[in-house]
Amino acid sequence: MNAILFVALIVGGTALLSWPLGRYMKWAMDPTPTPGSLAGKFDRLFHFFGGRFTGESQNWKQYIVSMLIFNVLMFAVSFGFMALQQHLPLNPDGQKAIEGSLIFNTAASFTSNTNLQHYSGESAMSYLSQLCALMWLQFVSAATGIAALAAMARGLAGKKQMGNFFLDLQRATFLILLPIAIIVALLMVLGGMPMTLAGAAHATTLEGIEQVIARGPVAAFLAIKQLGTNGGGFFGPNCTQPFENPTFWTNILATVSIILIPMACVWMFGRIVGRMRHATVVFAVMLVFLLGKITGAVWFEQAPTQAFTNLPIEQNVGNLEGKELRFGTSAGPLWAVLTTSTSNGSVNAMHDSLNPMTGLMPMIGMWLNATFGGVGVGMINMFIYIVLAVFVAGMMVGRTPELFGRRIEAFEVKLAVIALFAHSFFILGGTAIFAATPWGQNTLNNTGAHGFSEMLYEFSSASANNGSGFEGLGDNTVPWNVATGIVMLLARFIPIILPLAIAGSLAAKKPTAQSTGTLGVEDGTFGVMLIATIVFIGALTFFPVAALGPIAEHLQFMR
Amino acid sequence: MKSLVASIRLVIVTMLICVAGYTALILGFAQIVTPDTAEGSLIKDKDGKIVGSHLIAQSFTSAVYFWPRPSAVGYNAAGAGGSNKSPTSSDIADRVRTNTIPQYGATAEKPLPADLAAASGGGLDPHITERAAMYQAERVAKARGIPLSQVEALVKNQAFSPGGALTPDRLVNVLELNLALDRK
Repeated sequence: MNAILFVALIVGGTALLSWPLGRYMKWAMDPTPTPGSLAGKFDRLFHFFGGRFTGESQNWKQYIVSMLIFNVLMFAVSFGFMALQQHLPLNPDGQKAIEGSLIFNTAASFTSNTNLQHYSGESAMSYLSQLCALMWLQFVSAATGIAALAAMARGLAGKKQMGNFFLDLQRATFLILLPIAIIVALLMVLGGMPMTLAGAAHATTLEGIEQVIARGPVAAFLAIKQLGTNGGGFFGPNCTQPFENPTFWTNILATVSIILIPMACVWMFGRIVGRMRHATVVFAVMLVFLLGKITGAVWFEQAPTQAFTNLPIEQNVGNLEGKELRFGTSAGPLWAVLTTSTSNGSVNAMHDSLNPMTGLMPMIGMWLNATFGGVGVGMINMFIYIVLAVFVAGMMVGRTPELFGRRIEAFEVKLAVIALFAHSFFILGGTAIFAATPWGQNTLNNTGAHGFSEMLYEFSSASANNGSGFEGLGDNTVPWNVATGIVMLLARFIPIILPLAIAGSLAAKKPTAQSTGTLGVEDGTFGVMLIATIVFIGALTFFPVAALGPIAEHLQFMR
Repeated sequence: MKSLVASIRLVIVTMLICVAGYTALILGFAQIVTPDTAEGSLIKDKDGKIVGSHLIAQSFTSAVYFWPRPSAVGYNAAGAGGSNKSPTSSDIADRVRTNTIPQYGATAEKPLPADLAAASGGGLDPHITERAAMYQAERVAKARGIPLSQVEALVKNQAFSPGGALTPDRLVNVLELNLALDRK
């Protein structure tokens, strides 16, 4: 009963909040230009920041080129800060040089909005690296996603000129992410989170032991990490570390921050395209998947820790291994689902220690990767499924497959299939290679089916640009760093570029008038069709590995 | 080329505003409004020496103190982490059988509250449940030579619900409880 109330309050409350935020985001990203308006003044400021070029409108190809150039620079700058951290200031705890493949992996990880971490923040990164490399990327990589979504939506609204990347990037950064991050960070400070540039504190415990207590500018880092579906922790174990999540209430705020902007992105998309009924159907479909996964996770996590069977330990509570008490019983599985439905990847309980079937729910989230998804890119991923659903539905009933008055043809479907195929190829191919070689086998923390799950989860996380992990995996090795680094970059940019190309191709077509032969995308029937498309594609692709990992473990051990 | 120039300009602008400006704003606010928690909720003794943090568990092994939840990293507050063991793992059963059960002397008649056997997420969970504290009250009272009722009253006094009506389980902060014991 308590669990239902807790989930309903957080998910329902955030869904309500997302509505006005989506409205605001439309205003911020795609303002209707009127002379002397506030949006016009901001645009003038952004032209001043970015130079005259930000005033030029770009077609989809130019937009992508600008995005890629900026992202290459993001990678390079963050790489530089991390590679030189031992020579730079703001390093009170004397963090040393970082190994090359780990720098590559981390720069790829934060540039791609993944935040997979093969290091522990408190023992590897100086404050300067945390702020200028990682936190900076948490702003601009999230802004890249929102910009890409705005551009795609404009294309689907029929515009061949999709806006200007540098203008969109600034709108997303300064008008959306920064103001909300300030609010959340200030609330986190009031909630008791550390915010200091002083180095670690040295304590002598009541029993006379020396305890070094790492700290830092946590509140600022945490806010944008949660809001931008970044998820990279300031500390190694992320939001299970009490400094990164001190109380029940900071946990609620952090949980809401995970899904707030991804939810609002759906509304922003609907408003820019001018199809709010379609957006409502998509929102409802995403909500169905979200609630399904939450129900599964909360349910399976109520089973007590299986290893305690036949030991003199009370069996009356759910699995507590890897969990923190202050968040309450349902907070772990709820967060686990939200953080993987969106591509956030922060954790408030160790996913490696979730019950087997609970651990499957985050994996499903990353495999589908479109249940609200990453800021901006989640809706872009869902668009790929929408294209396929329209096409398949059109084939089934013998109607012309059309989306927003433009025909879906072989070119669009090919691109959509390539984008989907890439995702499953990275996950299944990567897992297969590492499961068959010492690259993966020698890095496991658990044996049997759960060991397989550790590798499967790692590649799922990298390809979904998620960043959470079954953290027992000893993943700071050259093969893991290089392989997941490459996967993260490809899995970031392929599913942005291809949908933008689809939108560009659709925008170039002549609109056809809506007729009785047109398949509607704004009603419940289409919603059901979309759900079926996602379920079939997901199940056909990933059921075999699910059976080898979590399902096998469940059947073997759970009674 | 135009894109590269614009990119460089925006790297500089976003660095200045989102890193320097934003961090300075939050830092200034925290240092002025909540200076204690901003520095890590540190606890100092009467000589001003740091004994720990309200938010961070520390190791307790002496019988006169309440003991915290198991930590996979030995309460290392500069390198936090969980066990990352599957709940089905025999490693967890072995760990509990060899360490935890003998430590508390748990028996089938007096089974151990689960939070004292399960390692926390970050290895630094500062809390145990009120049940887990009550479970240890007798040992603490005996070791200190004070009445059990006094210790139990102290536990009751310290227990709180972290989320009000949303969390029925009451918790106690182990370090605060032990400090209160020492003050008695």
